Amino acid sequence: MLKFLEPNKIFLITSKAPKYVMALFIVVLSLGLIESLILSPEDYKQSHSVRIMYVHVPAAWISLGIFSSITILSLSGFIFKNKHFFLIAKSLAPSGLVFNIIALVTGSIWGKPTWGTWWAWDARITSMLILVLFYLMYLLAWRIYNDKEQVFKITTIITIFGIINVPIIKYSVDWWNTLHQPASINILSKSTIHSSMLFPLMIMTAAFALFSLLIFLMKYNTELIKIKNKGLDRL
Amino acid sequence: MINEILQMNGYGFYVWSAFSFTLVSFSALYIVIKIQYVKERNKFVSKFGALDSKKAEVARSQIINKEILSSSQSI
Repeated sequence: MLKFLEPNKIFLITSKAPKYVMALFIVVLSLGLIESLILSPEDYKQSHSVRIMYVHVPAAWISLGIFSSITILSLSGFIFKNKHFFLIAKSLAPSGLVFNIIALVTGSIWGKPTWGTWWAWDARITSMLILVLFYLMYLLAWRIYNDKEQVFKITTIITIFGIINVPIIKYSVDWWNTLHQPASINILSKSTIHSSMLFPLMIMTAAFALFSLLIFLMKYNTELIKIKNKGLDRL
Repeated sequence: MINEILQMNGYGFYVWSAFSFTLVSFSALYIVIKIQYVKERNKFVSKFGALDSKKAEVARSQIINKEILSSSQSI
């Protein structure tokens, strides 16, 4: 089962893909930057500071998406007894952490002109900060433990505890009175964002997703070569 | 026009800081991952070069090893 996850076959694709993903990322990012910094309108209330949304929101979405994927992959690794899932999860983590930090820092920069403060111990911001700690714990566990079985177990436990925080992040703005505004984009109900702002937001999200794919591919290839290096030692 | 884009009604500092931080973070992450990749690949190439002909033949029979060697100039 899951023979398509054979590293030899996957490497044939992942070793060639980064250059194409990089080219596409540059094109989409350039388009996104023009849209978000020049063409999109200013907000009637927040004026030009609303443009920070075009980096803040995609970074937050992708960091949450990556953490959820890492949890699913880690659990799948345990269920299917497939080490490859753990390798994919490990390769996703660095970009997830960086996107999480970007979301926090750009949120802080956005907070100053809109709320009058760089930081508030608000439910949404604090729960995002907790997610950074889970990312750090996850990545540190891979560095600290050498025994594979042990690291698989510990990283899975970290992701299980960490995933509890994901719905808290999502619904924190509804459950508590927060400085952070409620979601403007809803999948199940009507979004409250105008299409002139939604379009650049979607382009920037696509650019960020492409960047995380690029980093994932490069990190994944590095991990596979690391394994092959150990294989050469055993020859 | 350029002044308008740079100043953004007094919000330019915040907007440009947020975008700059994002792009600097992207560049830093890309460079770190790229260095790790090149380091591992070079280690592989030097280890492969140190193998005797019999072991090298066995190693070369694996598709992934051939790909790593041929991808020395990619990314």
